[in-house]
Amino acid sequence: MRHVISLLIENESGALSRVSGLFSARGYNIESLTVAPTEDASMSRMTIVTTGSDDIIEQITKQLNKLVEVVKVVDISEAAHIERELMLVKIRATGKDREEIKRTVDIFRARIIDVTDASYVVELTGNQGKLDAFLGAIEPALILETVRSGVCGIGRGDRVLKL
Amino acid sequence: MVLTGAEIVIRCLQEEKVEYVFGYPGGAVLYIYDALFQQESVRHVLVRHEQAAVHAADGYARSTEQVGVALVTSGPGATNAVTGIATAFCDSIPLVIISGQVPTAAIGQDAFQEVDTVGITRPCVKHNFLVKDVREIASTIKKAFYLAKTGRPGPVLVDIPKDVSMHQCEYEYPKEISMRSYNPVVKGHSGQIKKAVQLLLGAKRPMIYTGGGVVLSNAAEQLTKLTRLLGYPVTNTLMGLGGYPAGDRQYLGMPGMHGTYEANMAMHYSDVLLAVGARFDDRVIGLPSHFAEEPRKIIHIDIDPSSISKRVKVDVPIVGDVKEVLEEMIRQLESGEARPNPEALAAWWKQVEEWRGRNCMVYKNSDEIIKPQFVVQKLWEVTGGEAIVTSDVGQHQMWAAQYYPFTKPRRWLNSGGLGTMGVGMPYAMGAQLAHPDMQVACITGEASIQMNIQELSTCKQFRLPIKICNLNNRYLGMVRQWQQLFHGGRYSESYMDSLPDFAKLAESYGHVGIRVDKPSDVEGALREAFTTHKNELVFLDFQVDPTENVYPMVQGGKGLTEMILSAEDL
Ligand SMILES: Cc1ncc(C[n+]2csc(CCOP(=O)(O)OP(=O)(O)O)c2C)c(N)n1
Repeated sequence: MRHVISLLIENESGALSRVSGLFSARGYNIESLTVAPTEDASMSRMTIVTTGSDDIIEQITKQLNKLVEVVKVVDISEAAHIERELMLVKIRATGKDREEIKRTVDIFRARIIDVTDASYVVELTGNQGKLDAFLGAIEPALILETVRSGVCGIGRGDRVLKL
Repeated sequence: MVLTGAEIVIRCLQEEKVEYVFGYPGGAVLYIYDALFQQESVRHVLVRHEQAAVHAADGYARSTEQVGVALVTSGPGATNAVTGIATAFCDSIPLVIISGQVPTAAIGQDAFQEVDTVGITRPCVKHNFLVKDVREIASTIKKAFYLAKTGRPGPVLVDIPKDVSMHQCEYEYPKEISMRSYNPVVKGHSGQIKKAVQLLLGAKRPMIYTGGGVVLSNAAEQLTKLTRLLGYPVTNTLMGLGGYPAGDRQYLGMPGMHGTYEANMAMHYSDVLLAVGARFDDRVIGLPSHFAEEPRKIIHIDIDPSSISKRVKVDVPIVGDVKEVLEEMIRQLESGEARPNPEALAAWWKQVEEWRGRNCMVYKNSDEIIKPQFVVQKLWEVTGGEAIVTSDVGQHQMWAAQYYPFTKPRRWLNSGGLGTMGVGMPYAMGAQLAHPDMQVACITGEASIQMNIQELSTCKQFRLPIKICNLNNRYLGMVRQWQQLFHGGRYSESYMDSLPDFAKLAESYGHVGIRVDKPSDVEGALREAFTTHKNELVFLDFQVDPTENVYPMVQGGKGLTEMILSAEDL
């Protein structure tokens, strides 16, 4: 099962390697991991997308909690939540492809943020499925480069992950 | 008061009432050694190898309730310490290791004796720190001690670059420490405890299974009280020996791979199992799926939530300090009316006694050749069962655990989790320094003892009268046993050729060496060691039967009930 784990961690050097080291040492999967400071600069927020049986997910959250610098851990995928990922795609855009791509961009509510006579850079946010679908809609030979931020997640409604 | 970083380090150790620092100097810690030189309260024990420094600090910690402290230099000093750190980590032993680092400006430059100590040790410490500013030394060391001894204890490393130890700043030791990200649960959930007590009282075939957590939390008294109140059988793991007095009727011996028949059978066929500070590790429950075949309810008390339901599913988890939780259980039991069902209990004990009647620990003694088990039994007699016993890793370790019944905690020091050969003598050093008036014996093998044999020199310098009992079978005995049983008797690289004359070797360091060849000389030699040479280190080199195996045995990957009881079962 796929899970999205959010955590608050002290913004100390080495904190990230404690988390990634834990996953590799214990053989857990990481599908994506994002991290950046929060509004309180002394703390970072991390979103980890992982897969595993219920037993493994239970161990993952317990092991994360055990790290001395980890302040809080929540499996946000246990309840209603929102996931977003940012993607930038550089697409070869010449001749009639230019219009075609622009139409696809509009359909997906993406934006073209850089233009040359031979290419576009497209920015798109959404859940993983939407990003995958966009890539599926573009002729593969035209995709020059993609970069994805990994998933950020937040609980819906009044569920708040805060100190 | 303005002090240098090095002086601050020593002040902090004084504040923490550190008696001994085990260490070895080098370039990156020269300032710290200089500060050490100029004071008297913190005493330094100069080992002969950094691995032994950490093991000795670890032995000191295991035999007391104190945090052990080691001090090593950067690069090779730190890497030599890693085995010691990992050993302590696997057994949750509170240590603070201070390592020197190259100057901050040189970090990352591939400087002389630079290694990423924080990176190398990260997976085998509870936590570690690189101190980049002299103003952070005091608070970091305070945190290190706090982390090492609270919650699930463990080693904490503080890496200090040379320039940081030289810089100066205003010194003040923080009185208290609080970390928003670290708040171990101490008190158990009272609702869960209530559920556990009810479950225990309703049990028909109850069993108590306890581990190192009882020793670490200093809860032997509470465990004994609870066990007697309930009248249930109890087993202590290798790490938990001494948690409940061996020899008592309710005590069934050790469980697991080399545990007793009665302990393993009672674990397996129990209907309610109370696990206390024990973690169902693979040397106890080799095959969780086999263990799960018998229906039973499991209550698990542990300070570390991640130890609960890791290998074996638990019905009533109780996160908390073992001592606190046991106290609460005793309170609830004593204040309630309910008592265990006497008929069910009598029937269960009848069954347990039948299992015990198999006498799984008997071995064939001999007049001709010394049996290793016999040496351990004689050691127990000669020391009145009151010694601190350390061991290395191998067959001798199992025989020590099986044939020296421990009645008190912190008397049995061994590397249970990592299984590190070479801990025996350094553990004995740490224990003897902490308990100068106690008898300290190290039960070892001719292979293990050679892994830190250089410490005979440290023992001479610090006049440590430990008694080394070398069960010399000329083999990596435990390896040989597995090769005999599982690899068609092909003894690949398990014979120890070219052994030294250990008695003479000990003498060359200025100790007493005694070689013992005959069973009839065993007791005399031990008495001579513990009386005539009471104040000297004695190396007893017992020439034991090289073919002896450790039984009972549950093979790796087999169920608890599938034991080989003796050579006849092969
Ligand atoms: C540092 C280390 N290396 C290797 C091993 C694997 N090992 C476990 S027991 C053993 C043999 C120990 O021989 P000895 O000390 O003579 O004890 P015996 O088993 O003969 O009693 C070995 C090599 C280990 N536990 N630790």
